[in-house]
Amino acid sequence: MKDKIFKSFLFAAALFILLLLAAIVYALVSRSGETFQTYGFWGFVTNSEWDPRSATEEYGALSFIMGTLYTAFLALVLCVPFSFSVALFNGEYFKGKKIAGVVRSVVDLLAGIPSIVYGLWGFYTVRPILIDLGVSVQGFGIILSALVLAIMIIPYASSLSGEFLSMISNNLKEAAYSLGATRLEVVKHVSLPNAASGIVASYILALGRALGETMAVTMLIGNTNRIPGGLRDTGNTMASVIANQFGEADGLKLSALIAIGLLLFIITALINLIAKLVMKKLSHA
Amino acid sequence: MRHLSLCMFLILLPISCNNISTETEVHQAPTSISGAGATFPNPYYNIVFRDYMRHHSHITVNYGAIGSGGGIRSLRDRSVDFGASDAFLSEKEIETMGADVIHIATCMGGVVMAYRLKGVDSLRLTGPLIADIYMGIITKWNDPRLVAENPHAMLPDLEITPVYRSDGSGTTYNFSEYLCVVSPQWNSIMGKGKALKWEAGIAAKGNPGVAGIVQQTEGAIGYIGSEYALTLKLPTARLKNRAGRYVDATLETISAAANSELPDDMRATITNSDDPNAYPMSLFTWILVYKDQQYGNRTQEEAMQLIDLLQYVISSEGQKVAAQINYAPLPVQALEKNSRQVRKIHYGGKPLVPQVSSASVIGNLND
Repeated sequence: MKDKIFKSFLFAAALFILLLLAAIVYALVSRSGETFQTYGFWGFVTNSEWDPRSATEEYGALSFIMGTLYTAFLALVLCVPFSFSVALFNGEYFKGKKIAGVVRSVVDLLAGIPSIVYGLWGFYTVRPILIDLGVSVQGFGIILSALVLAIMIIPYASSLSGEFLSMISNNLKEAAYSLGATRLEVVKHVSLPNAASGIVASYILALGRALGETMAVTMLIGNTNRIPGGLRDTGNTMASVIANQFGEADGLKLSALIAIGLLLFIITALINLIAKLVMKKLSHA
Repeated sequence: MRHLSLCMFLILLPISCNNISTETEVHQAPTSISGAGATFPNPYYNIVFRDYMRHHSHITVNYGAIGSGGGIRSLRDRSVDFGASDAFLSEKEIETMGADVIHIATCMGGVVMAYRLKGVDSLRLTGPLIADIYMGIITKWNDPRLVAENPHAMLPDLEITPVYRSDGSGTTYNFSEYLCVVSPQWNSIMGKGKALKWEAGIAAKGNPGVAGIVQQTEGAIGYIGSEYALTLKLPTARLKNRAGRYVDATLETISAAANSELPDDMRATITNSDDPNAYPMSLFTWILVYKDQQYGNRTQEEAMQLIDLLQYVISSEGQKVAAQINYAPLPVQALEKNSRQVRKIHYGGKPLVPQVSSASVIGNLND
């Protein structure tokens, strides 16, 4: 009897989450309807105009989609060398050693820092460095956001890929060693190929995290509503334009912001789905 | 929204109380006055209403800073006793309100140009120069036109970083409204509004966001609400006013902007005022109430309480509070027009304020 009650409780809880998700999707779709009716789905996605003036009102999401992709992919590229070496350090070279535990805790600590703190660090510490390096006069923009984002996503990428590396059976590796392979050769020919899909999946998840990051990016990207002209230029991301303009928006503008929220929802859902599929492939292999 | 429902609850509360209380107790019964609207005067209203409640312990005043548009809508729905707005209603908008609306200016503010430039303690700007900086036409601090205005300043060969508001804002509206007046090019390309399509610069959220970037970025310039900039004591540019003088933004120069000819209904923009001491980017903020207070379930008592509150806000005491937190007080002439506005409010034809001569009003203001 008790078992049954517990089971139905779990069922209700799980169902509630599903309903909640459905409700979020419904709210996003219904409240962004005005925008898609006005511009059409592709018309909205491919238009880079963002003009909130009542006389010439026009909204398009392309600038923000581009800004989001620029920052997220650049952050991903920048984070690879660090997270990859941390993963190898923890999952291969110092697997099970005390030092690996320390490094892992420190890297995981990075994930626990609130994004506003990253934003402040970027604003007060990283930005002056970029100004001194002559990246731009004021330092804000794609590069600054991507740099800080890269550090924010290192723990997401490294801990999961380290996990996959450490899961490779010792038999395989020992077999390779017995054939006279060096450590580097083992890593290259045994560990990496076997953990590849897991590592790729962890980077995709890290990318998903970078796409949705709001607070730190809002503080660092410059918030200009146009397609970034280059990596040194300023821009705006989907998450940060919503954070910036939601408060005072109404009418079509509000609907356009919710539509951007829906697009962001779809993009991150797709990214997560892809990561899941890649991981599934690993377990079948 | 939560504010609104709370406000409605609080409005309904005294009505139900009045039903059970006897006639003689009515004026001591707990009354609540609710308002909603502009965010710019919110700190001032919070303090002045709190002071008022201290003098009148049976009255509660609630103010929801939901934005000017929301305040006007709430007043139209009769869900608040007064609305507050940073822009006055046009004739057309008054028509949609269903009945005549009285505008009462409560305090003044300005938009200041804060900048950071090493070695430049004093910077002079004109409206057209600001317009060209924000349109990306002037891009360097040592642009000949800037140098011509500032012959004594050592302006560096440095790119200008204009900073603007990323969120919709009344500050942006007033900034762009002034530039529309002084620069035909701005008027045709940029226009005015709470949010614009910007040509140059970077954006940040709220006065704190803009001020933060300006303070931390060499060569940055940003427009900020005076109430915020004066509290922070940010270095700000002197602006050339209509009379040709370069004026600092201070409470005095902002107040002086209302020394021009004001219409009797107080619906006036005071940007680019012709007063020789006026700071050109100055503005009023208003409280809006229905001229005829007899509507819905309102009692005459409630209407009287509202009038009393309004009179306190525009009294010398209320205006002193404004100055303490860096909102510019209204000059005497404007206060006098204001109290004439308050006297126009009636309850189904019955005047709510005993008719007093304007001389005694001025006497009150000077004490």
